Amino acid sequence: MGNYNHSVLLDIEKCKGCTNCLKRCPTEAIRIRDGHAQINSNRCIDCGECIRICPYKAKKAVSDKIERLQEFKYKIALPAPSLYGQFDNLDDIDYLLQGLLDYGFDEVFEVARAAEIVSGYTRRYLKMPGLAKPVISSACPVVSRLIALRYPFLIDNVMPLKPPVDVAAQLAREGAMKAHPELKSEDIGVCFISPCPAKVSYLKSEKEAGRGNVDCIVSASDIYFAIVNKMERKQVPIPVSKTGMIGVSWAASGGEASALFNDRYLAADGIENVIKVLDNIDNGTLPNLEFVELDACTGGCVGGVMNVANPFIAKARLQSIRRYLPVSQNWDFFNSKDDDMVPDSFFSEGSIEYEPDDSLAGDMNEAFRKRAAIQEIADSLPQLDCGSCGAPTCMAFAEDIVRGEATEEECIVKMRDKIQQLLRGEHNDSK
Amino acid sequence: MPEPLKFTYDINGENFASAGEASMQIKKELRSLGFDPQTIRRVSIAMYEGEINMVIHAGGGVAEVLVSPDSIEIILTDHGPGIPDIDLAMQEGYSTAPDTIRSIGFGAGMGLPNMKKYTDEMVIESHVQKGTRVFMRFDVK
Repeated sequence: MGNYNHSVLLDIEKCKGCTNCLKRCPTEAIRIRDGHAQINSNRCIDCGECIRICPYKAKKAVSDKIERLQEFKYKIALPAPSLYGQFDNLDDIDYLLQGLLDYGFDEVFEVARAAEIVSGYTRRYLKMPGLAKPVISSACPVVSRLIALRYPFLIDNVMPLKPPVDVAAQLAREGAMKAHPELKSEDIGVCFISPCPAKVSYLKSEKEAGRGNVDCIVSASDIYFAIVNKMERKQVPIPVSKTGMIGVSWAASGGEASALFNDRYLAADGIENVIKVLDNIDNGTLPNLEFVELDACTGGCVGGVMNVANPFIAKARLQSIRRYLPVSQNWDFFNSKDDDMVPDSFFSEGSIEYEPDDSLAGDMNEAFRKRAAIQEIADSLPQLDCGSCGAPTCMAFAEDIVRGEATEEECIVKMRDKIQQLLRGEHNDSK
Repeated sequence: MPEPLKFTYDINGENFASAGEASMQIKKELRSLGFDPQTIRRVSIAMYEGEINMVIHAGGGVAEVLVSPDSIEIILTDHGPGIPDIDLAMQEGYSTAPDTIRSIGFGAGMGLPNMKKYTDEMVIESHVQKGTRVFMRFDVK
């Protein structure tokens, strides 16, 4: 996926070239070259771990500026469910939605509402015959991308339904076109308020592929500061929220899975845990499960790096928001429809393709020669995995050397030994 | 044809949680060498089952993997109790795993049959009280 858009970028000015992100990156996508970090876009999965760990704030999650909204005549906000957990003492979602309208949006379509619809269709999907089980959630784009890079056999397990953000965008646009026949599609700006850079990357890539209905993606933290002052809560807001407990629960790990009303599920969060579970599914060593929800961020989407609040505080706030909500406010969506059907428009248009990220060479003989050369170099390295050479491990460094991206002299431990040898040599000479 | 690559993994019998690591490692190797997903899957599942067997029954052992472009060979060697009746052990559902192992979802008696299923050749040599050696060959199609 050479043309996959990434939304994790580096600010070279701020990067000190330390090894924090290097060691943290779950796909070994980072190298330190010429004193600063470089991200290999073929390996990056936009998980945001490097943003979390960077002590110098040199890694940035890129999103659209809020000002981009002005390009559109009719502006629709799609708040992610996790946005509800960002505000202090928010006991009613409508205060937040009113805040978005007061800020200048013409309409709000809650992604949480779309999530309830996706939950409904997921329950139906799981009943279809011949599915590869467990079905893996398609909601976290980091997970889908990780599967594309490393788990070719799990591609068929990924649920082919559109994630809630796509469904929200689709329904919002259709609804606006119907309600305002004077609007052309390009007049409508659908703006997702994102908790994470992975959603930004996913939506931009979808848009480039001619799919998807999201025109602009702003970060939750940008919108937070723009609307927190608008939310005065002086008067009771107009009730516009169409979300129940299910939709709100999608914001945190386990929310999507528990909405299936089926106890044969697993929910894991945090990128390392996600990788472990994928390994287990791949090895066939998971107990019989119907559904697996995987969220790359700890805590689920509330843990996204574009949020403002501590994920656990956000999760606690969601509990109090949920308290007086009905289970779902979207049962009526399914009433008139065939009981076990999932309409075509709710299936993803794109599909995941296997793109191994760590292939040594296109030709297998060449790959074998390279692998042998890597081993020979690796055996001569100190195995400290110190990262000083700019690679996360000695093994990765050996691979970089064979790929022609690094030279052996960059190993400071070997260099030190060499200098000591030289010094000893000189000492002997002087005798 | 390039020289075969040899990978050796120690299977730690003390730590049940680490079982499966060699399978992960070999999977990564095969991926980077450009093997097709089907071959990678066969090898990694057979390796995983073999690892689990060595941890459950034999207190660990050594896995040697010889990788060539047209075939992959795995030799699993342990110094465990040995298998008195190999034909019986090969039957689906036959297991000598203790209840403690079964209680965590292993010991279903599918390990050896599964390994056989995914290999093109499998040879088991075993001597009671001395140990077991399992040879597996996977032809790359």
